[in-house]
Amino acid sequence: MLDPTAERTPAERARLARPSSLAGLTVGLLDISKPRGDVFLDRIEQRLTAIGANVKRYQKPTFTKPAPVDLRHEIATECEVVIEALAD
Amino acid sequence: MVVPVLRQLAEAGELTVYTQDDPDFPDAPRAVLDDDLALSWHHAIETVPTLLRVRDGVELERTVGWLRMSWEELTGVEGLGPDLPPFRPGCGSMSVDPDLVDELRVRHGGSVLRSRRVDVAAAEDELEMMFNRGWADGLPVVPPTEQRVLALLTGTSRAPDEIVATVPPDLADVSVEKVAIAAVMAGCKPEYLPWVLAAVEAACTDEFNMHGVLATTMPVAPVLVCSGPGTRAIGMESGVNALGQGNRANSTIGRALQLVVRNVGGGRPGEVDRATHGNPGKLGFCFAENDVDSPFGTLAGQLGVDTGADVVTVFAGEAPRCVVDQLSRTPESLAGSLAAQLQVLHHHKLVLAFDAILVMGPEHARVFAEAGWDRDRVITELHARLATPAGALTRGAGDIAEGIPAGFGDVALPKFTPNGLMLAYAGGGAGLFSMIIAGWVNGDRGSRPVARLVRY
Repeated sequence: MLDPTAERTPAERARLARPSSLAGLTVGLLDISKPRGDVFLDRIEQRLTAIGANVKRYQKPTFTKPAPVDLRHEIATECEVVIEALAD
Repeated sequence: MVVPVLRQLAEAGELTVYTQDDPDFPDAPRAVLDDDLALSWHHAIETVPTLLRVRDGVELERTVGWLRMSWEELTGVEGLGPDLPPFRPGCGSMSVDPDLVDELRVRHGGSVLRSRRVDVAAAEDELEMMFNRGWADGLPVVPPTEQRVLALLTGTSRAPDEIVATVPPDLADVSVEKVAIAAVMAGCKPEYLPWVLAAVEAACTDEFNMHGVLATTMPVAPVLVCSGPGTRAIGMESGVNALGQGNRANSTIGRALQLVVRNVGGGRPGEVDRATHGNPGKLGFCFAENDVDSPFGTLAGQLGVDTGADVVTVFAGEAPRCVVDQLSRTPESLAGSLAAQLQVLHHHKLVLAFDAILVMGPEHARVFAEAGWDRDRVITELHARLATPAGALTRGAGDIAEGIPAGFGDVALPKFTPNGLMLAYAGGGAGLFSMIIAGWVNGDRGSRPVARLVRY
């Protein structure tokens, strides 16, 4: 689809307010597919689950490209919070 | 049918056969599959079979369909297809199939489109996505895909990157491509595009003052009055329900202009658009004049533009209102009725500040035409009935605070400036009615009507 606007300003959307607690919220963990990112995220999942968060895991096909639009849509509709992990 | 000929040619010299769909046809000689139609597209194949003579990659000549004489002449091989009739016209190439051609234009045409591409997730509703991004005018809009925009651009000879106008309120330059995107979203067909382009040009002039028309608290918006043979060529309605719903060209051309103002110009309600009430015509208000039957010529003619040309006139107007007079059979009586209704526009005590278009229906116009009143006579007679003693218009007169400042003595003041009352001719054949479209602040302080020729 083509942008119908004058494209003079980048599309910006305000972030949601930071939640005071993660208990009961659905937190998405996005693995960008870099080596050992999963090790880090496994530990984060343990910690989040321990404080009452529901964790959902996602993975980008490759770290070299932005997340596909379908994956972004899936995370946006399923989660209240998302953590994107970088590794190196 | 042509297979034996292909075998004859393959034996006689170098032959490459391409097939558009079935890889097993012909079975011998084997064909190169062109199922993405790239080769057919780039060689502008319109008919199958097409026979091309090529040397060093350069086409020297071609013949389409089956004509033995031409095939023999082109190949230099005699006695081709002795069992075949001498001539068969062939079939349409899949590369010009109307169901495929828009997609092929995107795939093989080499995109000329410069707009940012916006991805839509497979699970995302594209109509909802466009609402969420603020691109819609309150009704669903057609997704502006590359296919649809390229197809729409076939409606004009103008280059996609040509700048059409600078659009208020953001004063953003708008290209033919961006206008085409808005036209797709509005639901236009390609042949409407020249009209939309002319409307955008007309609305984005200092005279029309689109910024003011948008920003005002009054309920006005661009009203497009179209005339000329082109209105009939694209199927515009100038008769029954001309100002109403149901005709695609009438409904979408005005809407496309408003989508340009919204999305390119950044003019949105509650932001720069400060209308107290607005009016339903702000979704798009466009109709054609019946210039074939009009006893008065066209509105464009009144504004000094050639009456026979295709013209869009843009006027800052509010919603139309009806004048009912089913009993007048003399021009004097009917003029009296029309003048009484024209006097009250916006406020009966406010004069000279607002223009108006009187859209006369055929049954009212006939009363004047049969009496020999032409456009000038009708307007002159209306002006004569629209003069009110200043004393009756001053603030406080008639126990109404609204009115003109004191100090005019008792001179009679006209409702309209000399050019402020315009006449258009449209409507169905039955009904002794006319419509009035009242304007906004007129002249240099506000907006002037602007007429633009349609360029193809």
